[in-house]
Amino acid sequence: MKFSAFIAAPLATRPEGAHHDIVISSRVRLARNVKGHPFPGWAKKADRLSLLEAVKPAVDGLPEMEDAFSEYLQDLAATEKQILVERHLISREHAAKSTGSAVVMNRAQTLSIMINEEDHLRMQSIQPGFTLKSVFRGIDEIDTQLEKTLDYAFTPKLGYLTACLTNVGTGMRASAMLHLPALVLDDQINKVIQAVNKIGLAVRGLYGEGSEAMGNLFQVSNQVTLGESEEEILGRLNKVIEQIIEHEQNARATLLQKKTTTLLDQIGRAYGVLLHARSITSKEALNLLSFIRLGTDLGFFAATQRQPVDELFTVTQPAHLQRSTSQKLGPEDRDTLRSDIVRKRLADLPPPDSSRAVA
Amino acid sequence: MLCDVCQANPAKVYLTQIVEGKMQKVNLCEACSKEKGVTDPTGFALADLLLGLGTQTELEKPSSTTVVTSDTPQLKCPVCGFSQADFKKTQRMGCSECYTTFSESIAAPLKSNHKSLQHTGKVPARQFRKSELAKKMKSLQTDLTRAVKEEDYEGAAQIRDAIRKLEGKLTPAP
Repeated sequence: MKFSAFIAAPLATRPEGAHHDIVISSRVRLARNVKGHPFPGWAKKADRLSLLEAVKPAVDGLPEMEDAFSEYLQDLAATEKQILVERHLISREHAAKSTGSAVVMNRAQTLSIMINEEDHLRMQSIQPGFTLKSVFRGIDEIDTQLEKTLDYAFTPKLGYLTACLTNVGTGMRASAMLHLPALVLDDQINKVIQAVNKIGLAVRGLYGEGSEAMGNLFQVSNQVTLGESEEEILGRLNKVIEQIIEHEQNARATLLQKKTTTLLDQIGRAYGVLLHARSITSKEALNLLSFIRLGTDLGFFAATQRQPVDELFTVTQPAHLQRSTSQKLGPEDRDTLRSDIVRKRLADLPPPDSSRAVA
Repeated sequence: MLCDVCQANPAKVYLTQIVEGKMQKVNLCEACSKEKGVTDPTGFALADLLLGLGTQTELEKPSSTTVVTSDTPQLKCPVCGFSQADFKKTQRMGCSECYTTFSESIAAPLKSNHKSLQHTGKVPARQFRKSELAKKMKSLQTDLTRAVKEEDYEGAAQIRDAIRKLEGKLTPAP
């Protein structure tokens, strides 16, 4: 499949129902290596290429990867790689790779397999909403199919062996992307982050490791991979996320009741700027869109606005903007184009109406 | 003096705390002290910060943490040539055999990162089969020794055939 056809497909929509407003997406990734081959970071180019040729056919042959987008990294342009990063389909580390690495992903953009990232295989399943368990089952099934043809590096004592000691054991990193504007507005977010860190889970920004928190988006994931089974890790993570959701809901209710003016001011300002700005940075856009999203969750905007606003989070990212035009955009051009796109999409959005609030 | 967390801005907040008779010091810049919640001295424990710091820096700034004991700096993986010094530099292993080569020195970092040193999760079906087959092989070999001892040559021949068959299963076809 061509990149253009792959990327033009509509983004998956969020399932309706409990917690899907707060949990943007759920993701599980597994790290695997093939016995007898040095890990990618230490392997010579020839080693990486021979591993790639051994593994890629197995991945391409998966029934889930029928009609997949499958490409060697050196055949992807920088913008194309960056778009995949912005969609959370490949890591920033993988986007920096070239000859000797590849990526295979299904048409629905829910399964992505990176070959020769930090490990020989990094496979992930990602879906909108709070769906960690089903996301895990999806990727576990892929792993079970691949192990029939690939001889994984595994020992009964240490489990799956990985390049980094932090992944050894299950090789699993499960995470959920949470939208927590009320906890940020109510100055509770640092307390929550500290509490979550204390119980061995990590909180990161929008693009994972080392990235900044923008748009009130936070990624919560497990740290431990050895000594706990996949089910135990997921169970613990699920419980913690449920608690964070509860805190966010309580903070939203408190804001509605006690700090109505602050809340309306934030949402109203976001609305004003997004509808009238002529230049807007990616960070500012995300932070303001976050409040429009919160306003929609609270009923200030019609529920039909959800999908367009959700999509703006992605399409206003730098590489997505670059792709929408044939000219080479500088940062200032991007900011102008971004504001144009936002204004156009939100043109029909009526002002926030607090009388429709639902707590 | 630079901030211990971001290593970029000058430290403005100096903290000293005595935990279990041990003095711990940490220096932070304004932004990091705020982020870590240091502004509120009652709700803050240095140990927590250090604990959180450990996991953070370990992931983001691999070079700043030294987790491997350097008593055997010359140790090299016989399979891939990766050395203890390489590990110190990259904080990554060279190949799966490195786990055997450096088994002693990785025990401590594994322990500090994880819950225990025994995997309890998924096992590839192939491994499962292998260990079952290995068990069967062992029992066949015991049977064979006994058969020979008892001069039951017919039985021994049968067992030898079974062993040959099993050997074929244990060494995968190329």
